[in-house]
Amino acid sequence: MEEDKCVLKIYRGVEGHQYFEEFELERKHGLNVISALMEIQKNPITKEGKKVEPVVWEMACLEEVCGSCSMIINGVPRQACTALIDNLISENKSKVITLAPFSKFRVIRDLVVDRTSMFEKLKKIKGWVPIEELHSQEFGPKISPEKQEAMYVESTCMTCGCCLEACPQINKGSKFIGAQAISQVKLFNAHPTGEVLKSDRLHVLMEEGGISECGNAQNCKAVCPKKIPLTQSIAQMGKDVTKEFFKIALGLPENKG
Amino acid sequence: MGVREKEVVVVGGGLAGLSAAMRLADLGAKVKLISLTKVKRSHSVCAQGGINVAVNLMGEEDSPEIHAYDTIKGGDFLADQPPVLEMCYNGPQIIRMLDRMGVPFNRKMDGSLDFRRFGGTLYKRTAFAGASTGQQLLYALDEQVRRFEVQGKIEKYEHHEFLRAVVDDNGVCRGAVIMDLYNLKLSTIKADAVLIATGGLGVIFKYSTNSTICTSAANGRLYRQGVHIANPEFIQIHPTAIPGNDKLRLMSESARGEGGRIWVYGDSSKKIIGPNGEEVVCGVTGQPWYFLEELFPAFGNLVPRDVAARYIIQVVDAGLGIEGKKQVYLDVTELDAKTQHKLDAILDIYQKFTGDDPKVTPMKIFPAVHYTMGGLWVDWPATGDKDRFERYRHMTNMPGLFAAGECDFQYHGANRLGANSLLSCIYSGMVAANEIFWFIDDLKVKVEDVGTRCFEEAEAKELAIKHDLLERNGVENVHVLHDELANIMVSNCTVVRSNKGLKEAIYKIKELQERSKKIRLDDKGSHLNQTYQFANQFSVMLDVAMTIAKGALLRDEFRGSHYKSEFPQRDDENFLKTTLATYDPVSNEPLISYLPVDIRHLTPILRDYTKAKRVQAHLENIPKKIPLVTERDYGRG
Repeated sequence: MEEDKCVLKIYRGVEGHQYFEEFELERKHGLNVISALMEIQKNPITKEGKKVEPVVWEMACLEEVCGSCSMIINGVPRQACTALIDNLISENKSKVITLAPFSKFRVIRDLVVDRTSMFEKLKKIKGWVPIEELHSQEFGPKISPEKQEAMYVESTCMTCGCCLEACPQINKGSKFIGAQAISQVKLFNAHPTGEVLKSDRLHVLMEEGGISECGNAQNCKAVCPKKIPLTQSIAQMGKDVTKEFFKIALGLPENKG
Repeated sequence: MGVREKEVVVVGGGLAGLSAAMRLADLGAKVKLISLTKVKRSHSVCAQGGINVAVNLMGEEDSPEIHAYDTIKGGDFLADQPPVLEMCYNGPQIIRMLDRMGVPFNRKMDGSLDFRRFGGTLYKRTAFAGASTGQQLLYALDEQVRRFEVQGKIEKYEHHEFLRAVVDDNGVCRGAVIMDLYNLKLSTIKADAVLIATGGLGVIFKYSTNSTICTSAANGRLYRQGVHIANPEFIQIHPTAIPGNDKLRLMSESARGEGGRIWVYGDSSKKIIGPNGEEVVCGVTGQPWYFLEELFPAFGNLVPRDVAARYIIQVVDAGLGIEGKKQVYLDVTELDAKTQHKLDAILDIYQKFTGDDPKVTPMKIFPAVHYTMGGLWVDWPATGDKDRFERYRHMTNMPGLFAAGECDFQYHGANRLGANSLLSCIYSGMVAANEIFWFIDDLKVKVEDVGTRCFEEAEAKELAIKHDLLERNGVENVHVLHDELANIMVSNCTVVRSNKGLKEAIYKIKELQERSKKIRLDDKGSHLNQTYQFANQFSVMLDVAMTIAKGALLRDEFRGSHYKSEFPQRDDENFLKTTLATYDPVSNEPLISYLPVDIRHLTPILRDYTKAKRVQAHLENIPKKIPLVTERDYGRG
């Protein structure tokens, strides 16, 4: 391969029919995986010179804040917009960059998968602060700057799916809810108003597929693009779930505030 | 049996669409929410800096009246003033609502909300959540919408695209034709009303701060159906973006709000033209020249966006760009660690995309297309007007079709102030929801009494367009045409415009319209065919581009974001008016007409940012009671 070239090796196709195709392109300074895919889109010809249909992928903000462009890049789940070609080449000591769709979700086409299940989990854990009346003229409860800061970090979760893709406990045979939803339980339980649904949320984590199925591999924290302390969230929720068990065992009133 | 529930289609899942959906569900309507993507991924997530609300918690004697004054002046007097006034008076109520929803706003030591200063004002009135306020507001609304979704009041159609409004024989909008993007199947939804909340148009310029889904295709399609577009020529250029190959990433105004400074190395042999038309020496050779601070002592680095962008470009054109390139420094290296920490999210993004640490090395930035002040024309009867309840706020000229958020033209006039868009999106979404509710009550012929023909015809038209596009066998690649459109739009239709350049742009757009008839798609399948999806958007993006260029060509003045060197003054006598673009199928061009601007609260004054002053902002004719958008009847009583 020439000095100023690189190759995108892309795992394409639909479920049941996936295959690799390679595209060679010029290596420009500052190029990221998205701009490389955009180049291919203009002229979708493989390394072997075969004209093919353009590669399909999901994207929106390109600032790593929407979560759309998650995919597996050189074996690691991450966003394509922040994946700089120069860095990938120097980290992997190879000019061939491999792109694949997430494997733990249904593939729609090429690099696009269906992540609806993550949003369904947010419904299940009641991931919201219940507010009674839009017209209330009150501010919300006061929150200390320290607490706000912790909540902010958890609230930057963009439902991108990296933590679930990296988790060894999540596979076709398991029902494990995963780090994303557990961390959101912590977030909403920590809010002075959101707390009213605390027991409901903890009960979801006590069901089959709940928090006890975490294998403590800690991959989730390692791949989270927003650096959310996911393993801490899981540990904290583990303790809260235990307390909830005791409360039920001792017949204490449920925390419905 | 009671009366059936009202059914509303909301197109778009950003701040405007979600706040409308939430309010409609809260009022008791059933909502079908159409979105190109998971609504949580909408472009509102990109808004970094904050939301302006004059709650006066910083002891500065700020007020909604001053906020309205700043907004009207910042918009160079092109905004209709009653909407601005009422929005600003609703700001405090909206921030209280968002606070109760759990938005993790930054706090002061006592646990109450913290505020920062943004461009175009001298007050700290911007509430913020880290440096991703838009993301946090969107998530809070997304959560509330999910709560209603679980209750069965909102149904989402994600990965679907709006294609056409269904219009009955009397010109009333009765629903929408949509396409499932996973399989390109068309379907038609009946509704009592339709709200468009589809955001901006950055993709027309390709290299912008917008998300790649901000094509303005919905606006273009409706414009072709006879819906008016207002003030299309007003495109905001954000002064500070990070240059990139795929997009230009925003570097938030909050970097300057927290004390970031813009500079280049001076060159005393060079001169630029200052704000009063005088020649200004470009600093001292070899020394940092903080040109905005020197030229605008009062506002400094926080002059409005159009002013900052134009001076950055002037300085670069004079040859002072860093390393001779189109870039200047934005410097936060001297800020203390605590202040830098507040900016972590945006500074991280800079480092991720450039490899440089902005806490150590000054950032390199350049202006980029950021926001459209113009958009679908929407009505806005003011409080106290005789016909207030005979018309509907945020309704387009097509009865039953409403618009809110960036895709409409209200609130920002010729230039939007930083951190005003989050407020206008949420406010307008909720206003539209209230008005839609009344509109449906007042509607004489209900949707169930409209025959099926108009629905069938609408879908048939879209099916024909789809087949035509998929079967075209020309020579043009749509992405290449897009590059050509972007080049001419960025060069000729952004910060510095001229009539010669605008005529060239119109000529080029016409050429592209011809060539786009000869498109050949590299993908002709029906399974998540993104090439088809984009080609289908591109043809109407050309129409929107044409409204921008023609609106700009005919406006011979300098106002807000619109600047022509041959007409360097604002001309209230001839151009204190709203541009209205109407599609003319015969010429395939917009017909441009004008509407008066409602200036009942503040007589236009010179927009001057050179002097230090906190003027006594006084507005005339303020209604005794301004309704809050969260009231049960929103002032209808």
